[in-house]
Amino acid sequence: MTLASLERGIRYVIASVDCADPVVQRLMVLGLVEGAEVELASSAIGGDPLEFRMFGNAISLRREHARYFTVRPVDSIG
Amino acid sequence: MAKSSVIGVAVDQIKTRQHPSASIVVVGNPNSGKSTLFNRLTGLRQKTGNYPGVTVERHVGVARAGDISLELVDLPGTFALSAHSLEERIAVDVILGRMPGMARPAGILVVLDATHLYQGLYLTQQLLELGLPVLIALTMTDAAEAEGIRIDLPALEQRLGGVTVCPVVATTGRGLDRLREALGRLAGAAAPDVPEFWPALSAAAGELARDLPDAVTRTEIERALVDGPGELETHVAGLLGADGHRRLDELRARVFRGRPSLAEEARHRYTWVREVMDEVVQRAPVLMSWSSRIIAWLNRPVPGTIGLFVVMAVVFQAVFAWATPMMDAIDAGARALGSLIGAALPEGMLASLLVDGIIAGVGSVVVFLPQILILFLFIIVLEDSGYLARAAYLMDRAMRSVGLSGQSIIPMISSFACAVPGIMATRVIPNRRDRIATILAAPFMTCSARLPVYALLIAAFVPQETAGFFNLQGLVLFGLYMLGIAAGLLTALLLRRTALHGPKPTFALMLPEFRKPNLRTVLIQLWGRARVFLYRAGTVIFSVAVIIWALAYFPQSEEVAGELAAQRDRAAVTLSGEALDLAVQRLENEAAAAQLEQSALGRAGKFIEPLFRPLGWDWKISSAVIAGFPAREVVIAVLGTVYAVGDEADEATLSSRLRNAKWPDGRPVFTLPMVIGLLIFYAFCLQCVATLAVMRRETNSLRWPLFAWAYMTTLGYLGALAAYQLGS
Repeated sequence: MTLASLERGIRYVIASVDCADPVVQRLMVLGLVEGAEVELASSAIGGDPLEFRMFGNAISLRREHARYFTVRPVDSIG
Repeated sequence: MAKSSVIGVAVDQIKTRQHPSASIVVVGNPNSGKSTLFNRLTGLRQKTGNYPGVTVERHVGVARAGDISLELVDLPGTFALSAHSLEERIAVDVILGRMPGMARPAGILVVLDATHLYQGLYLTQQLLELGLPVLIALTMTDAAEAEGIRIDLPALEQRLGGVTVCPVVATTGRGLDRLREALGRLAGAAAPDVPEFWPALSAAAGELARDLPDAVTRTEIERALVDGPGELETHVAGLLGADGHRRLDELRARVFRGRPSLAEEARHRYTWVREVMDEVVQRAPVLMSWSSRIIAWLNRPVPGTIGLFVVMAVVFQAVFAWATPMMDAIDAGARALGSLIGAALPEGMLASLLVDGIIAGVGSVVVFLPQILILFLFIIVLEDSGYLARAAYLMDRAMRSVGLSGQSIIPMISSFACAVPGIMATRVIPNRRDRIATILAAPFMTCSARLPVYALLIAAFVPQETAGFFNLQGLVLFGLYMLGIAAGLLTALLLRRTALHGPKPTFALMLPEFRKPNLRTVLIQLWGRARVFLYRAGTVIFSVAVIIWALAYFPQSEEVAGELAAQRDRAAVTLSGEALDLAVQRLENEAAAAQLEQSALGRAGKFIEPLFRPLGWDWKISSAVIAGFPAREVVIAVLGTVYAVGDEADEATLSSRLRNAKWPDGRPVFTLPMVIGLLIFYAFCLQCVATLAVMRRETNSLRWPLFAWAYMTTLGYLGALAAYQLGS
């Protein structure tokens, strides 16, 4: 699953990033890298853009970019 | 602008006269409390100028540390040393000592937000590698405590290569004494040990360093490797010799293994950051506070969006409702002063200059100071509390439909105060096309200089009634704001479909926490705004008022004066007592009106009147509008002057004078369609030299400001024409 399909109230960890797009690289500099823990905080009207919490920071991005980040729930092992 | 160059000189003088040593740069993430700390450390001993060639503001201040004074440079907030936007590039150039006219800094004061260590440590690590002495101010420690965050300071200092970490609360001043003391020892201290986080990159940089002069720092080599093609890379490759580029490419292949270098850097650095955080940060669970519950609710899509509109509506209501008592007081004061001087001085040129020219002209503009301060107060508080970023996020989707992104919202909301800082705020937009479209939309937002014009006309011609909860005057004002927004957005849409066609903009934004704005910071900013406004009233508007008065006063017609004397004598024969006084008053007014009409201003106004006749404007309004082209609020001063000269009642306000204005055949000048047209003209027209100048600098071309001026003026004329012709 990707960042674009998180459920509220569950913590996830980023497993891999498809980083060919320069926008995605910029998001990685802002902290969205493998190993970062994220939670869905809110979304704007229409479900886009999305707001995530990551180690106390709030970051907002659009669904189209959220799709480049593959995540898994923190508790699961694989 | 001339202003910034004057300030630039002042800054240089500080440097050479008192502080021959290089300065200390203050670096941190945006919203890390950096500016609050800088204001705390330097107080009012600050200068603001511009960096050479760009409009990014340069804040330099002097801080006392014991008996030494230190020059501090407050850099724009940045997340990383990889320069993404113009402001970040400036920060990087200053830190690396590549900014023309600025020496390499003597040390770095890193502002690290205790509640946002994750991104803060990323930048901190990059700064530790620069080979400069580093001191860390750990801010927001009170907020961190409240959130249950506990930080092991000795462990943090050790992980950061032995630098000193001073916990502070910038808003209250807690911990500042210790920070000052440490600052005093900073210049000349040893550079920290660099934390090892990416052996492959260090090895590659070390290899290159052997073949490069000592002046090239480790950071510069690493940046040349990671950032790739650019000024720095060309510089380093040139120093390496003929095969410089080839060697860099080989090393890159080895270090990055074909992956995007920036992504690789982020991966390595954040791995280190997480290690540090695991070691030094402890989080205790805290109960969700009342305020954070409300904030969480306001973050939900529908309440959040409704909340945004309520906030904006409250701002506009407040601008009208709260300011009235203060405005009435200023207005009454100006009129009292006018009649006092009018009574004390003999009738003649001097009295006319003081009363009709200066007091009526400048007073009619100064009266709007309370409204402007209330507006700026809201904008500053919204920005400082972090709400504007939230607005960008909430509005992204709507902005996307006109071909922009949520990032364009912040410049536009700032433009409600003034388009100049609004246009400067577009620098955070990375794409040039998006940026120019935003720059051209921004001047349509109702700025604080349009506000007096709207306020005057609304107060004079819209009845003071309530429609449900809202006041009718407030509603009309709200409508004008909406008109400006709609015109701006449509303009952006048209441009994005035509001249600025291109890929749709991207959007990614850090959302700062809601914070209670700091009273001190808000007041310092508000005072700065008030000063600019009063300075303009005292210089530009004062001069215009005097010039307009002179144009309206000269030449004095002998014929008119003779006619008046003859008629007065004739009246004295047939009338007496109160009837005579009334008749004389009427004759004097007629004479004053005749005098004004044949004055230089009257003739010029008459000359251009045909152009504005289809809009229902008489020569007085036409000349006032023309005089207002350099700065739109001048129109008020001009109207104040031309309607004061030749008006019967000295005690009357400008509003009542406008209501009494008549065409020669007795019809009122200010009919509803004409007033609506005039309001539309001001909603659209770009009457502001400062905005044109900043557009020129920010787009680096004359084409865009000229286009904007012609486009907006045409739109204003056509709007006023349509309103008058359809309404009459």
